[in-house]
Amino acid sequence: MSSLKLILRNALRHKLRTGLTVVGLIVAVLAFGLLQTVVDAWYAGANSAAPNRLVTRNAISLVFPMPLHYREKIRAVPGVRGVAPFNWFGGYYQDPKNFFAQFAVDPLPFLAMYPEYHVAEDELRAFLRDRKGAIIGRKLADRYGFKIGDTIPLQGTIYPGVWTFTVRAIYHGADAKTDDSQMLFHWDYLNETMKQRSPRRGDQVGIFMVQIADPQRSAETGLAIDALFRNSLAETLTETEKAFQLGFVAMTEAIVVAIRIVSFVVIFVILAVMANTMAMTARERMPEYATLKALGFGPGYVARLVFGESLAIALGGAGLGVALTFPVAAWFGAELGQFFPVFEVSAGTVALQVACALGVGVVAALLPGRNAARVRIVEGLRAIG
Amino acid sequence: MAPLISLRGVSKSYRRGGQIVPVLNGITLDVQRGDFLGLMGPSGSGKSTLLNLIAGIDKPDAGEIFVDGVDITRLGESELADWRAGSVGFVFQFYNLMPVLTAFENVELPLVLTSLSRSERRGHAEAALGLVGLADRMEHYPSELSGGQQQRVAIARAVVTDPKLIVADEPTGDLDRHSAEEILTLLDRLNIELGKTILMVTHDRRAADRAHAIMYLDKGELSSAGDIHERSVREARL
Repeated sequence: MSSLKLILRNALRHKLRTGLTVVGLIVAVLAFGLLQTVVDAWYAGANSAAPNRLVTRNAISLVFPMPLHYREKIRAVPGVRGVAPFNWFGGYYQDPKNFFAQFAVDPLPFLAMYPEYHVAEDELRAFLRDRKGAIIGRKLADRYGFKIGDTIPLQGTIYPGVWTFTVRAIYHGADAKTDDSQMLFHWDYLNETMKQRSPRRGDQVGIFMVQIADPQRSAETGLAIDALFRNSLAETLTETEKAFQLGFVAMTEAIVVAIRIVSFVVIFVILAVMANTMAMTARERMPEYATLKALGFGPGYVARLVFGESLAIALGGAGLGVALTFPVAAWFGAELGQFFPVFEVSAGTVALQVACALGVGVVAALLPGRNAARVRIVEGLRAIG
Repeated sequence: MAPLISLRGVSKSYRRGGQIVPVLNGITLDVQRGDFLGLMGPSGSGKSTLLNLIAGIDKPDAGEIFVDGVDITRLGESELADWRAGSVGFVFQFYNLMPVLTAFENVELPLVLTSLSRSERRGHAEAALGLVGLADRMEHYPSELSGGQQQRVAIARAVVTDPKLIVADEPTGDLDRHSAEEILTLLDRLNIELGKTILMVTHDRRAADRAHAIMYLDKGELSSAGDIHERSVREARL
C-alpha cells in the first residue's frame, strides 16, 4: 500500500467537491492560458522581427511621409544591403468590419529581406508581371476564400477611391510565428495612381524597410542614415524592426498590463477556491491524521498526504486545462484572426500554466498541511464520535 | 520480573477557560507483562488520559512512565512516534480505520513504517486478519463491514506489528452486545494465546469483568485496585 494510492483515493473521496474544484482549475488554467496567448499575440510582431531589418520613418511621426529620393541615399550608406519603400494602405474589403492589413511594397527588395514569406516562383513571376497584382497570405486567403486570379476591390481610406487588385500569389509563413494574414501589392501602382489623382501625394513613402549586412552594427547604421537627413524638411528616425514594433505595443501597454493582471487574478481566485477545498478536507480528516500519528507516522508523512492530495487535484485540473487550451486557442484565433494574426499557444505559456497550477496546489496546502502535521493526537482523536 | 508498565508520580492537568483543571494526581502504578487490566471510573475521571499517557500519545506534567524499561516521558516527538509504531497497538472506540483503504490495506498500514518487504507485509497482514476471523473480508472497505467486523480489523491492525502492549479505549462502546462479546473474547485470546499486555478503558462493567484486574480512577486518583478477578480464577473459568 503506497502513499500515492492513499493520496489518490483521498483525492477522489468527495467526488463532487473534487470534481467542482477540478472544473474550476480547468477554467482558470484555460483562461490564464488564453489571456497569456493574447499578450503573446500582442508581441507577435516584435517577436518575429529580424535583427538585420531596420525601419526608417519620419522623425516627427509615422503620419508624416518621406520623399522617395531618400531611398537612393539610404542605399548608399555603408552596411545597407537593400531598401524597400513601404506604405500602409488601410483599406477595407466590402465592409469596414472586413479589415486586414494591406501594404504597398517594392516587391523584390522587400521579399528579399523577408525570407519567411514563402512564395511559389511561378506565382511570384505572375505577380511581378501584373502592376495591379497582389500577394496575399494563406490565412487571409482561407478567411475570405480568395484564390489565385480572384479580384479584390478595396475601399481606400487613406488613399480614397476603390482600388482593385488581382490575387497573383499566396504566401505561406515559414513558421507559426509568421503573420500570413496580410496583403502586399506594388508600391509603384499606388504611387503612380496617387500621382494622377493627387499629384502632391506622389513620391511619398510611409517608411523605408532597410536590410543591413551586419545586425551587430544596426545602431551605427541607423545613426548614419539619420545623419543624412538632419536639418532637412523630413528628418528621419531609424530603429530596429523590433523596436519599431514594440513602439506600437507601447501605445497599448495599459491594455497589455490589464490583461496580464486579470490573468493572475484568475489564478488568485482559483487559489482561494482550492485553499478552501483543502482546508475543508484537512479539517474533516483531522481524526484520521491523528490516528496515523498514533500509529507512528510522523508529521512529515501527514503533511505529505495533504500536499500530495492538493497537488494531485491541481495537476489534474492543469492537465485538462492545458489540453483544452490548444483547441480553444485555435478556435479563438480563427474567430479573431483580424485582430490577432498570430495566435499560438507558446511553450512558455504552457509552462506558466503548469507552474501556476503547481503553485496553487502548494500554496493551498500550506495551512491545512501545517495544521494536519501539528495536530495533537489526543485532540484529533477526540473529534471522532 | 520487572513490570512492563511502571508509572511513578504521574500528574496531568488541562487548562480550560483560563483555569487549570487537574486530571491525574501523582499516579503510581505497575502493570505486569501479560496482564489484562480494566480501567473504570466516571466520565472525566482521567482514565482515557491515563491510557493516552501510557500509550505515548500525550505527555504528563510530572512523573515518569516506563514501558518495557523505556522512560517514554523523555522521548522526543519523533522517537516517541517510532516507539509507538513498534511497541503499542491501538484499539479505539470508533475503530479509526481509514475509510478509503480496504481491510487488508488498513491492517497493512502500520507495516509501511517497518523494513518489511511487500510480500512480508502481505503475509503479516493476512495472518492478522486470519487471527480475527476476517480472512474472507480482506478486500472489503470499512463501510462494507459491520461495527464488530470493523473493530476486529482495528484489532488486527493493532497486533500486526506484534507489539507487547495493546491499549483499548472503550473498544465495545459503539457495539451491540453480541459484537461486544466477540471483541472481548478476541482481546482475551490475544492476552492468553499471544501474551499481549492489554490496558482497556471501559464504562461497561460486563466488559471490565473480562479483565484480570480492574482499577478505579476517580478525581484523578487510583482509588483501589479491583482484584475482583484473580488470574487463576479467570483462567479456570476459561
